[in-house]
Amino acid sequence: MNAEFDHMLKRAARGQMSRREFMGRASAMGISAAMASTLLASAARAEGPVKGGVLRAGMQGGESTNSLDPALAASEVPFMVNMTWGEMLVDVNAKGEIDYRIAEEISANADATEWKFKIRAGVEFHDGKTVTAEDVVATLKRHTDEKAQSGALGIVQGISDMKAEGDMVTLTLASGNADLPFLMADYHLVIQPGGGVDNPTAGIGAGPYKVTAFEPGVRHVFERHANYFDSSIAHADQVEILVVNDSTARTAALQAGQVHMINRVDPKIIELLKGVPGISIEHVAGRGHYVFIMHCDKAPFDNKDLRNALKLAINRQEMVDKILGGYGSRGNDFPINAAYPLFDDTIPQREYDAAAAAELYKASGHDGSPIVLRTAPGAFPGAVEAAQLFQQSAAAAGIPLEVKVEPDDGYWSNVWNVEPFCASYWGGRPVQDQMYSTAYLSTADWNDTKFKNARFDELLVAARAELDQVKRKAMYTEMANILRDDGGLICPMFNDFVEAKREEVGGWQPDPNGELMNGRALAKCWLNA
Amino acid sequence: MLAERLIGPGTVHPILKLVVQRIALGLLLLWAVSLLIFLGTEALPGDVAQAILGQSATPEALANLRESLGLNQPSYVRYFQWLGGILTGDFGTALTNGQDIGQAIAQRLGNTLFLAACAAVISVPLAILLGLIAARYNGRWPDKVISGVTLSTISLPEFVAAYFVIFLLTQVIPIFQPVAMVFPGMSFWERLNAVALPVIVLVLVVLAHMMRMTRAAILNVMQSAYIETAELKGLSPMRVIWQHAFPNAIAPIVSVVVLNLAYLVVGVVVVEVVFSYNALGQYLVDHVAKRDLPVVQAVGLIFAAVYIGLNILADVIAIIANPRLRHPK
Amino acid sequence: MKMPLSALIGLILTGAFVFCAVFAQWIAPYPLDAVTGGVWEGPSDAHWLGTDTIGRDILSRLIHGGQITIFVALASSLISFGLGSFLGFLAAVRGGWIDQGLSRIVDLMMAIPSLIVALVVLSVLPLNLTVLILVMGFLDATRVFRLARAVAMDIAVMDYVEAAKLRGEGQSWIIFREILPNALSPLVAEFGLRFIFAVLFISTLSFLGLGIQPPLTDWGGMVKENKDGLIYGKSAALMPALAIALLAISVNLVADWILSRTTSLKGGRGA
Repeated sequence: MNAEFDHMLKRAARGQMSRREFMGRASAMGISAAMASTLLASAARAEGPVKGGVLRAGMQGGESTNSLDPALAASEVPFMVNMTWGEMLVDVNAKGEIDYRIAEEISANADATEWKFKIRAGVEFHDGKTVTAEDVVATLKRHTDEKAQSGALGIVQGISDMKAEGDMVTLTLASGNADLPFLMADYHLVIQPGGGVDNPTAGIGAGPYKVTAFEPGVRHVFERHANYFDSSIAHADQVEILVVNDSTARTAALQAGQVHMINRVDPKIIELLKGVPGISIEHVAGRGHYVFIMHCDKAPFDNKDLRNALKLAINRQEMVDKILGGYGSRGNDFPINAAYPLFDDTIPQREYDAAAAAELYKASGHDGSPIVLRTAPGAFPGAVEAAQLFQQSAAAAGIPLEVKVEPDDGYWSNVWNVEPFCASYWGGRPVQDQMYSTAYLSTADWNDTKFKNARFDELLVAARAELDQVKRKAMYTEMANILRDDGGLICPMFNDFVEAKREEVGGWQPDPNGELMNGRALAKCWLNA
Repeated sequence: MLAERLIGPGTVHPILKLVVQRIALGLLLLWAVSLLIFLGTEALPGDVAQAILGQSATPEALANLRESLGLNQPSYVRYFQWLGGILTGDFGTALTNGQDIGQAIAQRLGNTLFLAACAAVISVPLAILLGLIAARYNGRWPDKVISGVTLSTISLPEFVAAYFVIFLLTQVIPIFQPVAMVFPGMSFWERLNAVALPVIVLVLVVLAHMMRMTRAAILNVMQSAYIETAELKGLSPMRVIWQHAFPNAIAPIVSVVVLNLAYLVVGVVVVEVVFSYNALGQYLVDHVAKRDLPVVQAVGLIFAAVYIGLNILADVIAIIANPRLRHPK
Repeated sequence: MKMPLSALIGLILTGAFVFCAVFAQWIAPYPLDAVTGGVWEGPSDAHWLGTDTIGRDILSRLIHGGQITIFVALASSLISFGLGSFLGFLAAVRGGWIDQGLSRIVDLMMAIPSLIVALVVLSVLPLNLTVLILVMGFLDATRVFRLARAVAMDIAVMDYVEAAKLRGEGQSWIIFREILPNALSPLVAEFGLRFIFAVLFISTLSFLGLGIQPPLTDWGGMVKENKDGLIYGKSAALMPALAIALLAISVNLVADWILSRTTSLKGGRGA
């Protein structure tokens, strides 16, 4: 075979030439289709990841106020930073299954109240120490301390006892939870030496990359952790995150080759960016959703008919098209979509129905005064426009909405969870139980719809400890229906993660768990020479 | 030579006296500004402890944090603690991420000054040169072209100019990088290359104002009798401007140059945001959003100090340049 | 009084802008928020300047946005002028501790960059037009104060003012009947400049997300909405940018002409 064919094969294997083009050229050279296909498959395998180089991501969502303490991560860049230098007990993979990381084996007792995590031998921290069961317990303990202000406090609160014996960590729960391994994949729960108690911002973890420069709000530089336990990832010698909050500058930087991948591509420029050679758009349905929330215990939203009238008066498809630029999917007034395990896709989709809405509105006996809907530019991207669209579609059903735009500053403390009707955003959680427990359990702190339903609570607790997946799914279906027909949540849309990368980036796998391959894009991708 | 003239034999020279007075006044003003900044930020609505902990905070945690931040002490006590700290070089730590503010500011102030210096090195001589040319050809076509172009650049908002150069110089003619971050360890040339785009934008923004004032100041002086004398002596117009008009127009020119230098240091938030340039403005904006008062206060004070310092400089130059003061009767 | 061509052009353009702003509701082909076309369409018969990010007519939004931009800039300039020139005259006429006190307060306020004060203040106050106008007006009043005081100082020593004082005229008579008419020319020129800086300032604030809030729009906000298309050669963001520049240039031309009839050297982007 000649050099030209080799070159072609290489390009096709790396994805720089389409399969169709390769096959066409191969046949022109007199190579049979079957032969070419086999050659291509083996070449792709042989090509594999390329080691070395500097891989850069340009990201929105970093501030100079960011900290290296993994417990405090809240925006996109700190999340990505945690996922690059940190290692958790487990990961949730793109298929929604558990990948073992620091834990190599997990077992539970019959009622899911006692969990054992076997710690993988020989995993090394960046400072050369070996990861022990004690480190794991100390880490989890630190997150239970209110002073640590951990974003994972809600997750670790339910653990009543933690023990380290040899290479085994035993966690005892106050009540059974079949999803505990998924919760341990939370990005705050980075295992740190001694739990990071002495110096939470040291940036020492067991992840694929070591922190070499931490300039919050500017850039983060990492180099490969030489003794990382998993040789199948961490290909680049050095990876960097540049914080580029301005969307125009971010796209320009990608096109200029200053960075290799970017997050948060604005829906309105997707079509334009698609036309740029050497750039590809990557999008995947996530669990985040944009919502309007009503307090079920406050007038006029204490009236079920009124709540349902509003749910019928929103045009979901229009929202997906205009607010998300088509990159998303319609919501169905419960916070779960197909990205979750045990999702029931047979629950009927609620449609925009002005006539039915008008009828329910009449039945509710509402006095016809304008219903105030509060929103803010920062409630979610396009929240003000979405509220205006809602106002128009509701007006068509004879329901008067008054859109009140609030300042971003203080929105989450003065409006959200305080005012009875407002726009909001949920990033989603890895499993249904966690999503429902965070925001729909009667007693939850963040029950932002003031939804109180005894049957729902009962099902939630029962499903949590249920290890039989069929029974569990049935329970979640019933809960979804309760929330959909009685709750205070209007969920018009789930947004996709829309990102872009340059063609020389190899190894990209869509991952619904989070942005940029659930924060692992820098660790898992490589640079084709 | 100047020093000899300044410190004349015997009595304190009036220039020296004026300069000392001016500096003392500046320091007094700076102190008043520190008070204003402290009280002003204190008066902002919203609770710092609540802002740090977020909505999941329990009342006990809030009380603990308030205690540890010293928020329970009366504000005058905290003011003097703060002022004392700053005088000894201790700006405290950021509430949001516990970083040392002095250190963070030092690095970012360096970047701010680097950008400002680059822009100034290009724009100041260029503006004065263009101003002189425009004054020389007052009312003729070079004057009209220069005035027209600078009028357009002053009328363009900075962010428009910024996106325009991004489009032009990274996409159409890809010679520069849109993200202008600088890092420790970069060589001088790498830094220059990184800040090229923001420098171009800033030059466009400040050029017009300085040029127009230079031109106006020169034309103003040109009406004086001694210029006519010089012209009657048969000197070439450019020489008249350069040797006779320019030295006498220095005071207003310096004052507008200084005003623009101050602007380059303290007013370039937008350019920093667009180009992701890691300097003080961006740092301040981030911390304003998170209600991180120690940082807001520290940066505010630094900006005020730069502004006051540059104004003192302008006044001192004006005093020295004033012939009536330089040669006391 | 002969008017140069440039000033005439400036005056006509300024007049056109003001006319469009005043009669926006009748002139604009479409309502402010109506979606009438595709995303980022080029200029056509239906949309003379094309459409924006979600298919709204740019020309209509420019006209409506111009109304807000000009109104806010004008209102805040009026406040800064009313306040700044009155206090400036007062300081010049009264002298003594009133002058000292006011001047030092203004020094103090000017030492803190106004964009930063605006950022801090606007991030905590409710964002509406009244707050915006007041904040901008107060911040700018300091610069007007300095000019007004300097101009009034020159006038206050004139013979006719001395004469009025000797006649025993009251302070307000001196300010409004003697000083104001004579200080008008430089102040009007300065007003033009302050107005432009107010337009640029409001655009900058909107660009940073702290200015005019949707559903209202202004030119700075429009640039922000459409800027992402700029690097793909979409002209949508250029239109409001051009509008800002054109308005600024026209007012500048008029101000220049008025200024050229006086010799004062004032202005500045204001650090």
